[in-house]
Amino acid sequence: MSTDGQNAVPALGSREFTRWFWRQLTSMRTALFLLLLLAIAAVPGSLVPQRGVDARATEAYLIDHPKLGPILDNLGFFSVYTSPWFSAVYLLLLVSLVGCILPRSFVYLRALRARPPKAPKNFSRLPASASFETEASIDQVAAVARKVLRWARVDVVSDKDRVEVSAEKGFLREAGNLVFHVSVVVVLVGVAVGTLFGYRGSSIVTEGDGFSNVLTQYDEFGSGSLFDTDDLPPFSLQLDEFTAKFQPLGSAQAGAPRLFRAEGTYETKPGEATKAFDITVNHPLSIDGTSVYLVGQGYAPVIKVTDAQGDVVFEDAVPFLPTDPSYTSNGVVKVPGAEPEELGFQGFFLPTAISGDDGISISAFPAAANPLLGLFVWHGDLGLDDGLPQSVYVLDKTNMKQYLGPNGKGFRISLSRGQEADLPDGGTIEFVELRQFVRFQFSSSPLVKVPLVGIVAGLLGLMVSLSVKPRRTWIRARREGSRTVVDVAALDRVPRDDLPADLDAFLTRFRQALTQENP
Amino acid sequence: MTLEQLAQFSNYAIASATGVLALAFVAYVAQWSFARNVAPERELVAAGKGASDPEQSGEERSTMAGGIGFSLTMLAAVILFAGVLARGLAAERVPWGNMYEFGCAAILFALTSYLVLVRVWSIDWVGPIITGFGTVVLGLSMLVYVPAGPLVPALHSYWLVIHVLAAMISGAAFLVGAAASVLYLVKSRAERNTPEDERVGFLWSIPDSARIDQIAYRVHAFAFPIWTFAALIAGPIWAQYAWGRYWGWDPKEVWAFITWVVYAGYLHARATAGWKGKAAAIVALIGFATFVISFVGVNLFVPGLHGYAK
Repeated sequence: MSTDGQNAVPALGSREFTRWFWRQLTSMRTALFLLLLLAIAAVPGSLVPQRGVDARATEAYLIDHPKLGPILDNLGFFSVYTSPWFSAVYLLLLVSLVGCILPRSFVYLRALRARPPKAPKNFSRLPASASFETEASIDQVAAVARKVLRWARVDVVSDKDRVEVSAEKGFLREAGNLVFHVSVVVVLVGVAVGTLFGYRGSSIVTEGDGFSNVLTQYDEFGSGSLFDTDDLPPFSLQLDEFTAKFQPLGSAQAGAPRLFRAEGTYETKPGEATKAFDITVNHPLSIDGTSVYLVGQGYAPVIKVTDAQGDVVFEDAVPFLPTDPSYTSNGVVKVPGAEPEELGFQGFFLPTAISGDDGISISAFPAAANPLLGLFVWHGDLGLDDGLPQSVYVLDKTNMKQYLGPNGKGFRISLSRGQEADLPDGGTIEFVELRQFVRFQFSSSPLVKVPLVGIVAGLLGLMVSLSVKPRRTWIRARREGSRTVVDVAALDRVPRDDLPADLDAFLTRFRQALTQENP
Repeated sequence: MTLEQLAQFSNYAIASATGVLALAFVAYVAQWSFARNVAPERELVAAGKGASDPEQSGEERSTMAGGIGFSLTMLAAVILFAGVLARGLAAERVPWGNMYEFGCAAILFALTSYLVLVRVWSIDWVGPIITGFGTVVLGLSMLVYVPAGPLVPALHSYWLVIHVLAAMISGAAFLVGAAASVLYLVKSRAERNTPEDERVGFLWSIPDSARIDQIAYRVHAFAFPIWTFAALIAGPIWAQYAWGRYWGWDPKEVWAFITWVVYAGYLHARATAGWKGKAAAIVALIGFATFVISFVGVNLFVPGLHGYAK
């Protein structure tokens, strides 16, 4: 800015500036702008995967977009809803909201005590007005007016030959408006509290296995910054049986899932009596403030590996993660105990394998009608001793070599249930039996009722504020000879088009009441 | 009837309803185009002229086409109702368990609310937009057709009835509101730019822009609380039961939130100087666009937890 410009505009002191800034921030125009900005700021989170929603998809996106990915990452596009810019918008909106609610509440409290405004001189300048004559006295007119305006706050000013009635109704509109805006703040505070003191995690549990609620048993875990992981409630559970039902082949929507049910037992604390549970989708189990949800499922073939020395070096159920609706699943087996070299297997599992057009097996159905395990084999160093944490679903092939078959391609093992195959190093691998696994989600968000109560109160307030009509009505009656001339006018605080019709209806009621009073 | 016959009947009914609705759209377009030379102010003068007068017959034809359009819309709604009902009976559940069914049921609600509002506020002038949009949505629904069958486990909840019903009712009202907002923009522009003596055509026999704005506001003011309930109350409660969190920024949730924020913006815009009228109507149309994105776009193009609704 040039010096001239500075001279032209009187400098604002810091107090004036603060006041100016505050008035700008709390103006309706700014609130509107921030609302629309919030809508725009929310969009990117639906277009690229979010870390907090699907961490694996985010990593995959970063690998697929080596150039764009890091730029977006730096801009916070993979955690939009906790990013500084998104937070800035909604915090400004919150401040603007509070700055709007507080003064309006004081204005409203004053308005509640205020009397209806006096009648204007000229009724014909109001949006709706009418006149009629009656035999009744002006006092009778005033008394009847009070009765007919029963829902409104009414003031009557009278002198010898003249009476003025001022009425105002519809105070609930602003009350509803304020309730709605306060409730938005309540909801946001409730959500914040629940996030700060809550935790959420997931774990894969295979049939016959159990889960104890300690940090090490989680596959994924996240908690609010004010949650102490030592405070995890000490429950445990045992999964006995998982049932999955699918729409049978040959019917409409064949293969669509119909039922998922996990059954087993749990105990709230070690040593307490065990209780049975039955978790289905939409019907979680609640233990000691934590809810347990069934959020995923798949197959876990039990695999037994014997090394060249004849020792059983591996026997366990290995979860294979489903990748499509027919449960074509991918998985990894790591056998660090194999001699002379560590072994690693990577491959797929098909619950109902059929031969595809090009000879490659595909899964035709999600239920396990013809389970098939296909594996490739690596040997060398699994890298488990480096001390770096490793995903159980990824084989680190840096120090491993793949066994090749006679055709020069990867050596491949295909196993049906109960089958055994020889390994190139002299050992064997066996597909012993098939189990199923489920992914449980454990979550606790304290004060979950606060945002719920807040939003319900907000909805009620909203409905009141959108439906109540604030209206002022004035009636002036004066004696002219032996008759009384009555002038009526009405004004809506929020203009609506039904005012004239309403005034007509009001006049009809008014005159009927007058006739009854003074037949 | 067996379940298969019911499903078959439903398919025929929904296809017929689409055809009838397309004819209704043609009739409504004819209503506008027959009246393109008719000046409503001259109606009284024209009444005295002979029947051979081209203006007079244009007006008559326009009125007749409008009547046909309304009757055909009603017929389409009745057939569609039969189709949606049969679909529910064939699948033995509420008829909105996937995107195809959601499209059909949502248009049924849209047509019903249109027909009711024609009776209440004589809003038959939004007929071309409602029937045109309805025909397109029904046609597109065929692209995501799936045979009638039971629900996936995630939808086994009475919240399916509540959450989706509320979303469809508010969506129907949002459509009527958006149609009124379009005509508000057209009419208020014409009111500013057209001299008195050039005011001919159907546009001048519909209410003035202030009245249209009033109607658009009322429809939105009706829809917004229901949308609040569908997206911010019923949805989160169900999500809490099904997924263990009431809000998780799933793409569907993001767009439902965006829709809510934009319509909240519309309600504020109508009360803000400089935003009243044109700008507010544009915000309402943006709101409807975000509603369509959260209903269709998210399911088709963005992977997320609501993907089963395809």
